[in-house]
Amino acid sequence: MTKLVYFAWVRERIGKQDEELEVPATVATVADLLVWLKSLGEGYQSALRHPEVIRVAINHEHVDHSTRIAGAGEIALFPPMTGG
Amino acid sequence: MRGNTVPVVRLQAEDFDLAAEVDRLTTGNPDVGAVVTFSGLCRGEAGSLSALELEHYPGMAEAEIMRIAEEAVVRWPLTGLTAIHRYGKISPGENIVLVVAASSHRQAAFEAASFLMDYLKSRAPFWKKEHRADGSEGDWVEAKDADDEAAARWKS
Repeated sequence: MTKLVYFAWVRERIGKQDEELEVPATVATVADLLVWLKSLGEGYQSALRHPEVIRVAINHEHVDHSTRIAGAGEIALFPPMTGG
Repeated sequence: MRGNTVPVVRLQAEDFDLAAEVDRLTTGNPDVGAVVTFSGLCRGEAGSLSALELEHYPGMAEAEIMRIAEEAVVRWPLTGLTAIHRYGKISPGENIVLVVAASSHRQAAFEAASFLMDYLKSRAPFWKKEHRADGSEGDWVEAKDADDEAAARWKS
């Protein structure tokens, strides 16, 4: 099982702040994960309609979409950041 | 001195005291010749905004700001560096973020504070949602390309 956490409008559109999912072994990279998540329902499709804008962190560190997700403890999906 | 300074990073709901944070970096340290502070405040947007709600990623937000601060103390000869970021509901006129950079000379303090803010804006996992004064649901604040460009200028 992989823990996914969502923030800001990604969280609102998916409708939950976190969940544990059994990610298929064929889902190798962050980009694959974003495609696969869209198959889980309307909320996911709405949140991930433009996957290129989604920022991703694995175990609290920023990663790019080509990063492999094998062994990830916690994967976070969120929009571009607006702190400061 | 270079690289030996341990930054202080805090995330908190409550306000901060700028004078107390400056004192913490200067009291008892006669090597300090320059202190630069940056405060970021919530704008009222001409009366249309009642508050900003700041969401953050607990665990990562602190770690990411610390990674940026640690890079700053390696790049500049600082005697102290503090970054405080608030979360939760913040009204117009209230503080959101504070950076205090102390050094023997002003240039390092100015540059380190600027660097920390530029990276924090584009890499620290915080998101702002608007609460409108008329009671309607506000939007999530959109990220600006200018913030990414500001961070990119430090790559050299």
